[in-house]
Amino acid sequence: MHPKVLVITGYGINCEEEIAYVFNKVGSQAEIVHINDLIDGYKKMSDYQILAIPGGFSYGDDTGAGNALSNRIRNHLNDQILSFAQEDKLAIGICNGFQMITNLGLVPATRNQYGKREVVLMWNNTARYECRWIHVKNTSKKCVWTRDIDTILLPVAHGEGNFYAEPEVLTEMRENDQIVFKYVKKDGTPANGEFPYSPNGALEDIAAITDPSGRLFGLMPHPERYHSFINHPTWTLEKDRLTREGKQLPSEGEGLKIFRNAVEYFK
Amino acid sequence: MDQTKAHRIEIKTIVNDMRSLVRLKKIKALGFADKIESCKVLEVYTVEKHLTQNELESVANALANTVSQRYNIDTPETETPFDFAIEVGFLPGVTDNVGTTARETIEDVLKTKLDINHEGVYYSTLLLIKGVENDFGPVLKETDAQIIAESLYNNLIEYAKIKSHDKYISDKGMGITVPRVHLQEGVEVTPIDILSMTDEELVELGKKGIKNTDGTFRGPLALDLDYLHTIRDYYKKEGRIPNDIELESIAQTWSEHCKHTIFAAGLDENASETSERLPDGLYKGLIKKATNLIRAQKGEKDFCVSVFKDNSGGIIFDENWVITDKAETHNSPSALDPFGGAITGIVGVNRDTIGFGKGAKPIVNKYGFCFADPDDKEPIYRDSKLNNPALLPRKIIDGVVAGVNAGGNCSGIPTTQGWQYFDDRYKGKPLVFVGTVGLIPKYINGKPSWEKEAKSGDAIVVLGGRVGQDGIHGATFSSEALDEGSPATAVQIGDPITQKKASDAIVKEIRQQELYSSITDCGAGGISCSISEMARECGGCEIWLDKVPLKYPNLEPWKIWISESQERMTLSVPEANVEKLFDTLRRRGVEATVVGKFNNSGRCIVKMHEKTIMDIDLEFLHEGLPKKHLNTLYTKPKLEDPHFTSEHIKVSLPKILSRKNICGYDYISHQYDHMVQAMTAVYPLQGKGQVNGTASAVTPVLGSKRGIIMSQGINPRYSDLDTYHMSACAIDTAIRNAVALGADIDYMALMDNFCWCSSDEEERLGQLKSAVKACYDYAVEYGTPFISGKDSMFNDFKGYDKNGNPIKISIPPTLLISSLSVVEDISKAVTIDPKNEGDLIYILGQTKDELGGSEYYSSIDKDFIGGNVPQVDSAKAKKLYRIFRDAINEELIASSFSISLGGLGVALAKKSIAGQLGLEIDLERIPTDGPLTPDTLLYSETQSRILVTINPSKKEKFEEFFAPFLNSNEAGLIGQVIAGPSLIIRKGEENIANLSIQELEESYRKPFKNY
Repeated sequence: MHPKVLVITGYGINCEEEIAYVFNKVGSQAEIVHINDLIDGYKKMSDYQILAIPGGFSYGDDTGAGNALSNRIRNHLNDQILSFAQEDKLAIGICNGFQMITNLGLVPATRNQYGKREVVLMWNNTARYECRWIHVKNTSKKCVWTRDIDTILLPVAHGEGNFYAEPEVLTEMRENDQIVFKYVKKDGTPANGEFPYSPNGALEDIAAITDPSGRLFGLMPHPERYHSFINHPTWTLEKDRLTREGKQLPSEGEGLKIFRNAVEYFK
Repeated sequence: MDQTKAHRIEIKTIVNDMRSLVRLKKIKALGFADKIESCKVLEVYTVEKHLTQNELESVANALANTVSQRYNIDTPETETPFDFAIEVGFLPGVTDNVGTTARETIEDVLKTKLDINHEGVYYSTLLLIKGVENDFGPVLKETDAQIIAESLYNNLIEYAKIKSHDKYISDKGMGITVPRVHLQEGVEVTPIDILSMTDEELVELGKKGIKNTDGTFRGPLALDLDYLHTIRDYYKKEGRIPNDIELESIAQTWSEHCKHTIFAAGLDENASETSERLPDGLYKGLIKKATNLIRAQKGEKDFCVSVFKDNSGGIIFDENWVITDKAETHNSPSALDPFGGAITGIVGVNRDTIGFGKGAKPIVNKYGFCFADPDDKEPIYRDSKLNNPALLPRKIIDGVVAGVNAGGNCSGIPTTQGWQYFDDRYKGKPLVFVGTVGLIPKYINGKPSWEKEAKSGDAIVVLGGRVGQDGIHGATFSSEALDEGSPATAVQIGDPITQKKASDAIVKEIRQQELYSSITDCGAGGISCSISEMARECGGCEIWLDKVPLKYPNLEPWKIWISESQERMTLSVPEANVEKLFDTLRRRGVEATVVGKFNNSGRCIVKMHEKTIMDIDLEFLHEGLPKKHLNTLYTKPKLEDPHFTSEHIKVSLPKILSRKNICGYDYISHQYDHMVQAMTAVYPLQGKGQVNGTASAVTPVLGSKRGIIMSQGINPRYSDLDTYHMSACAIDTAIRNAVALGADIDYMALMDNFCWCSSDEEERLGQLKSAVKACYDYAVEYGTPFISGKDSMFNDFKGYDKNGNPIKISIPPTLLISSLSVVEDISKAVTIDPKNEGDLIYILGQTKDELGGSEYYSSIDKDFIGGNVPQVDSAKAKKLYRIFRDAINEELIASSFSISLGGLGVALAKKSIAGQLGLEIDLERIPTDGPLTPDTLLYSETQSRILVTINPSKKEKFEEFFAPFLNSNEAGLIGQVIAGPSLIIRKGEENIANLSIQELEESYRKPFKNY
């Protein structure tokens, strides 16, 4: 089965084309749909198996990153998105999309409280937009999207990625295996909030989380930006090394694994 | 400003309040380190609409993040301790993006529409500062609060309100500020009797603008006497006097900014034999001529599809796609409001992409900044009474960098490429270059995408932002030097999201539906220029100004007509398609309005409430301006190399690496998203060591390896010696940088951006003519056509120093050349970082004694210029670049570096840092045309040289390829990559310098480390 992917766009979302590209590349059928076409009823979320909310600058981050567009979704599509979230379907929110699904309460939704805003992605410790490559380590067995991934190099590009949750929420998340990625140093040891290994100073180095079922995934890094070997930050060096060793160059970027996991789920 | 009834919602962050901490750090850095204890930033929304308590609660809950923030509704903040409260918000009429978003959120939450005429939402920030206390009580004084406030706002666009704690308590908070624009219903149109004006009065009219009834002037028309006589004669023939709107309209259209009158002027038409006659002018006689000649020479291999005639230039990418390029400057606005100037610059040049052909998609942003030294704290003033200081370099830098950040990042366009350059002469006017590459299918439904034509009978549609009095006289004011009278209304702030919505709707949806016959961007001169320009495609137009959507009522017609309010596009739409078009746009949240009709009357007619207020012959409007005839002179300075005792390389190399023109600026690279759209193949920072490269690459069609390589070249310092060679070096640099990354010189296009000064002086024009002549000579020799260009001719500042003495600061003549090339397989690109210990280091190209205008001389004494400016041997360079391309295709090269500012020494150091690998070289093995000192070998800025490393196993083949250069002492093996963490420079057996990579890297990163 080729799952149908609903890729949302509009109001300053700007990663929808590459998200659609990577989903199509790994064997799903992605469709880019303007949020207003859902609101106006031209399209229905229930027709899709995967929901993707891409990164971008919805409403220019005004009133807080992802806040204004998630208000719009809450005011018009709350029932659709909450019922989608509770079916046996998958959703991913990347960067600005992650900020939105936390505001909408799709993640972490501790104790299945879908719709409740429990965590926040605040201003980076540098109080500046940071575009750079970082390492994250998978700490979740539950998350569908990160199966068979241990440590992965991915790019981030955000101004507000500093994860925060109240202690009780954090405990609940920890106990239920809802923390997915943590920022680590190159050698795999914890970043401990140290810049630039943690680009934002997130609480407990948290870069990605999931809901209690492991189907809904929110992450700050952009795996879709690592779809090809030549997206790697020092690919010319890697190429030189592999060529001298007489080895083949990788045919794709490691970020694709995450999207492939989603498609595998429906097989 | 109004103190009317409105609600006030204050939001404060209660956990991890980084913005307050960062603000505290900045205030401390102002010199208050010992005085400030804490500070708190609150966000404030002023809602000008009556709401119930319940409604206010829902609104506040929507605006605040309930996990991390708390809010106060109509009650002042009292929990935070403070001595002074400073509130900063926008002045009436200034674009308030957060306010606009908050308005939409409120409308959505309350399911109601706010009435734009008397309801609004305004954003401001409240800063609460607490000083320390000593034995004598609180140390923070009112004057300190004022200094802090000064650092927080720009009085051209913002207000600041300061209250002491006592005052705050007795006033019960900050009070309500509603920055609503109130305009009196004014006269719709004023006739201006230019027929009876004396020449003196005409000159004043041109310089200061139309006189208001209160004796003030509206702002420059920038029309000289010659032009005004022509206009007078035209109205004599028409048998009437013009209306104000007509003069304003002609002034916009004929401005230097729009018509490039200097590049169009005939030069030295009666010159003797010593000076070349150029009756066709610089543009037609040189730039365009070069392109025409190159295209003819390329024949079937000509890749140009649309050059000079559209908003951007376009070349073929592959059988299915065309790519476009355009670079602009936004210098004058950036001098006054750096953030606003820079953001409107970048989103403005994005519109040049959206306005190419039927609408191209912006895929890459580029930047280039010329600033004065940020460490220069000496004030300069616009007025003799020293009340009106110009912004200091550091403030300009921070604003400009942040403006391009906001514009590019919010628009989802990767910024893969850019540079910064410093010279004291950019203190009066910084240069802000912004460029955008676009992508468009070659054919849309079988029709060439780059062709468009408005049809008689089409509706004139304007979409995007609304019109206010922001950006009045932008085109005419940027055609003059900055002085006391420079209008603040020329300043504006961009709204990238409004533009993003419009851009997505056009490029990703409507373009394919063929709903419009033509499209263009609203830039300088606003709709007065965009509509009248498009009207030439069909031969006439009629505009109904009362239909244009306004930001606030009662805007006078002439202002509506020429306002440069941002984020607008103009479309020509067949009547039958209007409804469908508007339906799509409405569903995408884009406002669009029919404001008139195209026709073939030969006239440009403007009506207000059905009354004709402008009626001008279209041909006269566009072609009526008299051609200028200018004379030039160029006295080249006779300069010699300075005498001084040189320092040891161990001292001089780190010093040069720490020069602001050479060091790293990763603080910019990291804050500009360079990966969005997921197609960047070579990033702005290269190698393990993350060194700023000078070229970048993208693969615009996802899934294809076909790529674009881009670079830029600029050498203003060489203008002090000879503008011809400055220009030649800029071209060679832009080409060479791209070639070093893997570009093909035979598939490469160029753009020129001239930023000159005092272009009414013969000597400056002489320098210009010489520079443009080099553009012709070198473009033709290299076979690289110009596809687009722009000029900004009056980058001068006239003002006063701190003692009240008049000063004039003119920028050094500056030319930015941008290169754009297409390669078949981007995975063959080569970055600057050496890859492997044991690899061999070659220098390609001969090193000469060319230290004139070098970074080396400047590092010794900023007034040292020197005698020998680098000169480019284009025939030789072209041969080298072609062999280099072939070597890249054979994958013979492991790393390559285009040797530029700072010469070989800097190239070696940067390579070493980028690869985190040691290098060892022997100065004696560097091919030269005669004996040179070690300093000259290392720091000469001789052009057309590339430093490479190769895998030793490829030595034989590599040397075979480059034999013509190796055999003629124009290339040589100079050393190898080593295991140790050092750059070792030898002279034969003698070890001259041994510099650790760590030391080099510290020098390289030092200047902008804390930015």
